[in-house]
Amino acid sequence: MNAAQLIGDWHALVVLFVAGVVPNQIWRMLGLWFGGGIDEGSELLVWVRAVATAILAGVIAQIVVQPPGALASVPDGLRYGAVAAGLVVFLLTRRSIFAGVVAGEVFMLAGKWWLG
Amino acid sequence: MALPPLDSPQWQSSWRAFAWGVRSITQTILTLVLFATYLGIGALAHDTHFSLLWALCSTLFVWAGPAQIILITTLGSGATIIQSAIAVTVSAIRLFPMVVSVLPLMRTPTTKRRELFFAAHLTAVTLWVECHRFLPLVPRERRIAFVNGLGFGLVSVCLTANIVGYFLAANLTQALGAAILLLTPLSFLFSTARNSREVADVVALALGILLYPLAAKMNSGLDILVSGVAAGTIAYGVHWWREVRA
Repeated sequence: MNAAQLIGDWHALVVLFVAGVVPNQIWRMLGLWFGGGIDEGSELLVWVRAVATAILAGVIAQIVVQPPGALASVPDGLRYGAVAAGLVVFLLTRRSIFAGVVAGEVFMLAGKWWLG
Repeated sequence: MALPPLDSPQWQSSWRAFAWGVRSITQTILTLVLFATYLGIGALAHDTHFSLLWALCSTLFVWAGPAQIILITTLGSGATIIQSAIAVTVSAIRLFPMVVSVLPLMRTPTTKRRELFFAAHLTAVTLWVECHRFLPLVPRERRIAFVNGLGFGLVSVCLTANIVGYFLAANLTQALGAAILLLTPLSFLFSTARNSREVADVVALALGILLYPLAAKMNSGLDILVSGVAAGTIAYGVHWWREVRA
C-alpha cells in the first residue's frame, strides 16, 4: 500500500464531486427546499421509484455478469448459482437478508473450493 | 437497550439525545447489512483502482450505497463523467421523496431549514426506515439531535467498513476477495427485495436484473440507464394496469 493507493490524485476527487456528489446531493437539497408541497403517493413518484429500483437492479446484475477484480476469478455459473442459492434461502427464511447473504457466500466459497 | 421514556431528564440535553442516537445503531440488523455493503464498496474501490481517500470521501459526501456503486462501476468500466453523472442522478431521485417524508417527523414550528441540513444529508434508505421506527420514542424537540447521532454512528460504521474492505481486498486470497465483492450485490438484492411491498417494486427489481444483460449487448455506455428506464416503465405500466385503470 503506497501513497498513490491511499490518497490518489486530485483529479479523481474532482470527478467524484462532479459525477457523484453533486448529481446525488441535488435531490436531497431539493427535498429540503421544496419538501412541503409534494404528494408522496403521486403517480410521477411511483414511476420514479420504479425506475430507481430497476437501475439498482441493473447495478446488481452488472456486478454479477461483468464482475470486477477478484470476483472475475469465479466462473460464471458459480456466480449465478450463488445469487440463486441466496435468493432461495432468502425466500425460505421469510425474507431474512442475513440468511440470504450468508447462503450466497457459502455457496460460492464451497463451489470455489470444490472446483479447486 | 431501550430508549428512556419521553419525559425522562435524559432528553433535556441535545448532546444526550445525540448520544442516544449513536447508541441506537446497535439496535438494528440494518447496521450489519450496511457494514457488509460498505465492506464490499471498499473492496470494489480497491479492485477498480480508486484510492482509499476517494472511497472514504464518496461515503462521507455521497452517502448512498447504490450511487457509490454506480459511480465506481461506471467510471471503472470507462464511462464518461457525464454518463456516470446521469446514472447517479437518476438513482438518487428516490432520495427526494425520502427527504420529503422524513423531515416533517422532526420539524417543530420554530425549526429553521438550516437546522435540518445534516438530517437531509444523512437521509438514505437505512436512516429513513429507522426514523419511522425510533422517532415516535423521541421527544419532538430532540429528534434532530437524535437523528444526527444515529446518522453519525452509521457513517462511522461505514467508513470503518470501507477501510477494512479496502485492506482486505489488497491482502486476501482471491477466493475471499471475491466473497467480499459478492457481498454488495447480495445485500442490495435482498434489502431491496425486502423493501418491495408493491407488485411494481418486484417487477422493477426482477426485470431490471433480466434486462441489463440485453442492454449491455448494445454497448452504448448507458446500459444501466437503458435497462433501468425500460424495466421501470414496464413496472409502472403493471402498477397502472392494476391500480389506476381499475
